[in-house]
Amino acid sequence: MKKIFFIFLFNVFIINKAFALIQIDITRGNLDPLPIAVSPLHVDIKSENQENIKIKDLGANISKIIEDNFRGTGLFNPLKKEAFVQKPDIAHLKPRFEDWRLIKAQALVTGKLLVKDGKLKVEFRLWDLAAAKEMTALAFTTTPTNWRRVAHIISDKIYERLTGEEGYFDTRIIYVSESGPKNQRIKKLAIMDQDGANTKYLTLGNELVLTPRFNPTNQMVTYMSYFRNMPRVYLLDIETGTQEVVGNFPGMTFAPRFSPDGKKIVMSFAKDGNSDIYTMDLDTRIVERITEHSSIDTSPSFSPDGKFIAFNSDRSGLQQIYVMRSDGSAVKRITFGNGIYGTPVWSPRGDLIAFTKMRKGRFYIGVMRIDGTGERLLTENYYQEAPSWSPNGRVLVFYRETKSGSKGEGFTAKLWSIDITGYNERRLKTETDASDPSWSSLLSK
Amino acid sequence: MMFNKNLKNILLVIFATLILSACSTAKKSGNVDGDVYTGKETVEYLASGVPDRVFFATNKSSLTTAARETLRKQATYLRKNKNLNVTIEGHADERGTREYNLALGERRANAARDYLMTYGISGKRISVISYGKEKPVNPASSPLAWSQNRRSVTVKVN
Repeated sequence: MKKIFFIFLFNVFIINKAFALIQIDITRGNLDPLPIAVSPLHVDIKSENQENIKIKDLGANISKIIEDNFRGTGLFNPLKKEAFVQKPDIAHLKPRFEDWRLIKAQALVTGKLLVKDGKLKVEFRLWDLAAAKEMTALAFTTTPTNWRRVAHIISDKIYERLTGEEGYFDTRIIYVSESGPKNQRIKKLAIMDQDGANTKYLTLGNELVLTPRFNPTNQMVTYMSYFRNMPRVYLLDIETGTQEVVGNFPGMTFAPRFSPDGKKIVMSFAKDGNSDIYTMDLDTRIVERITEHSSIDTSPSFSPDGKFIAFNSDRSGLQQIYVMRSDGSAVKRITFGNGIYGTPVWSPRGDLIAFTKMRKGRFYIGVMRIDGTGERLLTENYYQEAPSWSPNGRVLVFYRETKSGSKGEGFTAKLWSIDITGYNERRLKTETDASDPSWSSLLSK
Repeated sequence: MMFNKNLKNILLVIFATLILSACSTAKKSGNVDGDVYTGKETVEYLASGVPDRVFFATNKSSLTTAARETLRKQATYLRKNKNLNVTIEGHADERGTREYNLALGERRANAARDYLMTYGISGKRISVISYGKEKPVNPASSPLAWSQNRRSVTVKVN
């Protein structure tokens, strides 16, 4: 009895502690974003110069990235630096909490950095201003050219501490870069940091490329290419640039995605006008046929536990979403709403499936539970499709095209993101027009 | 009572007119029948009198009467030119998801191929490739453009 009582007390203590600190509920649209002050990181005067990096501005540049990340979530309201009441180095030692509270900040980020012997040393602290205490602190060392990633990692740590959810800032997005007139589009694989920085082009645009998707466990990518006019699924290692055809199929393979363990690719193979779903094990090269139906079966997506596959089929007449066991058994249609449905993508949390819905000439991105109930349409537009999940399952990135005029003028394709709450719709910065985005897992994991 | 009956009649007439006008706009406007393109714009020719392409209804891969007629001409032409091989390209309009459209284009190209084969053309002479919605012939975003883009095109390869 005594023991039970003790545990009970302990729990109360924990709960109280949790309530004492600031917390953000990200399960609903946040109309009242948390005011946060991100102090520029103090640059130690003993720092050495580095080629191509302005050491003097590094502290301010890192805090700018953190601010942009926070603003982008819609959950935080980073305050203007002009109002800041303490110098970065002094605030980092111990903030005058009451002064920061005066400018209506509820949380404060401080930090300092030192570049020495070719290494960048960074430390930061997150302060709860109402409770007047440190919430989290971290120090780490890396190479100076990694400074943008440092800002993203700090952002992730703070996001995790304040929302209780894993962050998604130290991530990349692979997509198809588009240019040229609509009927002679040039498409290249491109990759960028989640905030639009560091864009790199991975193919030259000589052949049509489509639907790149990240391996959730590493930096491999699968995509579709018309290399030598043979539309096939390829595997690309972003680090080495090596690529290879997936499997030895006599016809078109398309719509590839990795299994959650990264060991298989699930895709469609079209033969004699009929598309069915297959998997290929990347180690053993064993190919398995998963569906066998005279209808179109495509856009397969594994559940995160690997036990199920959601896919798109028109076996009922028009495009609908189905779920089956990953061996192809127990096929069940899950969409019965008005309109037609495509591109099911299973959330990394396992609880939701994102989709594209087409109805009366309009296109919607939405989410539903894995049995098809609880459909929520997040955004409506002239044309949009291909949702991809942020690694924490809170945000979707997709692409949107505009209507074009009689000569194809006015046509654009851009990447957009939206929270699964339906709030915070934003356009992602890309150097060119863009489509088919896929969000990587956290790089630092 | 009388008034009521009159009103009913008037409503019926209005209703009937609406239905008729709805039909006429949906059925035939210019070179589109249902939503299948029937015109000659964009069409090229394998030889004199042998059109290179056939058109499809939205989300469909079934061959219309006009499409079958075109394909029979292609079959006759291919029978006469025994050394000629062709590729049939299948295409979709831009109003569908990319992956489904790839499958749909494949299905359309194969529908054309199967029809040529029933007219005695060896399958070995006909390869297919789907471009989904990636290669529109008309870049506009209009029902006419979409009907011209829902097509299979027979292309000579040698």
